[in-house]
Amino acid sequence: MTSLQQPSSLQGTKDLPRFINPALLLASAVISFATQASLAATTALEVNLLAVVIIAVLGYALALYLISYFIEGKRKAKDRFVTVLVSSAFAVAIVPLISLAYTVVTKGAARFDLDFFTLSMRNVVGQGGGALHAIVGTLEITGLATLISVPIGIMTAIYLVEYGRGKLAKMVTFFVDVMTGVPSIVAGLFAYALFVVFFGPGVRMGIGGAIALSVLMTPVVIRATEEMLKIVPNELREAAYALGVPKWLTILKVVLPTSLAGIATGIMISIARVIGETAPLLIIAGFTASMNYNPFDERMATLPVFVFTSYANQGIEMQAYVDRAWTGALTLMLIVMILNLAARLVSKFFSPKG
Amino acid sequence: MSKRIELLNLNVYYSSFLAVADVNMVIQPRAITAFIGPSGCGKSTLIRTLNRMHEVIPGARVEGQLLMDGEDVYGPGVDPVRVRRQVGMVFQRPNPFPTMSIRDNVLSGYKLNNSKMSKSEAEELTEKSLVGANLWNEVKDRLDKPGSGLSGGQQQRLCIARAIAVEPDVILMDEPTSALDPISTAAIEDLAVELKERFTVVIVTHNMQQASRISDMTAFFTIAGTGMPGKLIEYDRTDKIFSNPSEQQTEDYVSGRFG
Repeated sequence: MTSLQQPSSLQGTKDLPRFINPALLLASAVISFATQASLAATTALEVNLLAVVIIAVLGYALALYLISYFIEGKRKAKDRFVTVLVSSAFAVAIVPLISLAYTVVTKGAARFDLDFFTLSMRNVVGQGGGALHAIVGTLEITGLATLISVPIGIMTAIYLVEYGRGKLAKMVTFFVDVMTGVPSIVAGLFAYALFVVFFGPGVRMGIGGAIALSVLMTPVVIRATEEMLKIVPNELREAAYALGVPKWLTILKVVLPTSLAGIATGIMISIARVIGETAPLLIIAGFTASMNYNPFDERMATLPVFVFTSYANQGIEMQAYVDRAWTGALTLMLIVMILNLAARLVSKFFSPKG
Repeated sequence: MSKRIELLNLNVYYSSFLAVADVNMVIQPRAITAFIGPSGCGKSTLIRTLNRMHEVIPGARVEGQLLMDGEDVYGPGVDPVRVRRQVGMVFQRPNPFPTMSIRDNVLSGYKLNNSKMSKSEAEELTEKSLVGANLWNEVKDRLDKPGSGLSGGQQQRLCIARAIAVEPDVILMDEPTSALDPISTAAIEDLAVELKERFTVVIVTHNMQQASRISDMTAFFTIAGTGMPGKLIEYDRTDKIFSNPSEQQTEDYVSGRFG
């Protein structure tokens, strides 16, 4: 066994200067670009920017490691190498996100106008028209799904955390886990099958879409609420009990308010999870070009389905359909963003202060 | 109001495990009774049986009798919620409700039970309880601020204010100062001495000086070993327990020769 070598002094090796990072990165980028450019010149190909970036980062990591190894020592060299690795992993993760947001915003901007938010697609075959019918449909169906899932979800979570013991609670937890993994198309088929029992084959209704979405949403609400209720300190429940407060009032007035911020965030996440669902809505809510405010009657358009059909069934003027599809996607993204902001405000206002 | 508590052949179980065995004692009204003893000897378990708080833990149950002014707390048809309205409790760690202001924390016994009171009544009760908990002067200008913003000692006094606001007969304190500094501890101890004028006070403490400083009666508990039930060894006037105990075990413990 080797014992740890005791340094004779606390003085470490000399650090590399601060500018070494940008300087080295720049140098390796220039070298990488130069070699690629010369390669491109000899083979008459275009410069591959992706290759330039990859080689530059690899060269930078290697050069930094070696320089640091010889000047700063093994431990600091490792530290620098891992820092580069972690930062590049972060970059790799963030690039698709930025690219996606950028693409949707630029392509969606073309039809991001007043018409899009005030008109439906009734009697529109070429340019013009809007997605008001789909926006209304999405808001109504998602709103109804939320109305169904949130009470069921919160009450199930309260049961599991505050009351559930033994086999029944274990079974509920198991089925919630199973439901979390239900493919969305299965939820759509379930809602369709349910409505066929009552209304006969070929039924299309907005409320059916809401039920399909609530099948997907409820387990997410249960899980999120459960986690939030679990982290409410037991001491608060005991404090309330010791004041002679019955259990149900303790849950209603101490446990729920304490965890409200987290529950609100969880609900928003679950809404964001289902608002973009396409497949189940395609089956049970169907598609229409006309306005329909009534979720209990006839087909109802929704934004994801609108985007899908605009793209899948392009008319004579293809670009108009594609533009509308992108703007639909942008609108959906904005709705989710607004919901997220709302959730943040809610958790800011309701989270325990102090 | 202040009530006398009698424990007759009291056994406390967690499922099948006997945690405290065969306790017989009488807790006097208008006095401070201290429970002392090594960790795990069942002091906290026993104090929680006095307001049926131990029932919160699944499987916990009690055998024997616990009489409060002659009324059996564990009798048939007794509602634990009503018991707890008469027997307030202060916990080891201060636990004010984080979502409530200082005022609402004091009034929480009423607010959480949905009982209505006029604004002037609420103001009066808030002031009375906070004065009773020696906290009024420190917080009177910030009653609408959250209770969790106070220091640990202030939070603990806020919890005491909350407990006395519902006018209980008995106040139980489960190591109320073990998370506090000496100055806050002194404040709580003074408060406990004041509270015994109006309430029956039972306090669990690890601090023997604390027990000898403030309590009138002291009960010494211990266990023979891990997995064995806790037992009441000796219960007597505090000065006797600390100067001239009848049991060798008590003497060993209070003189520091224990374990």
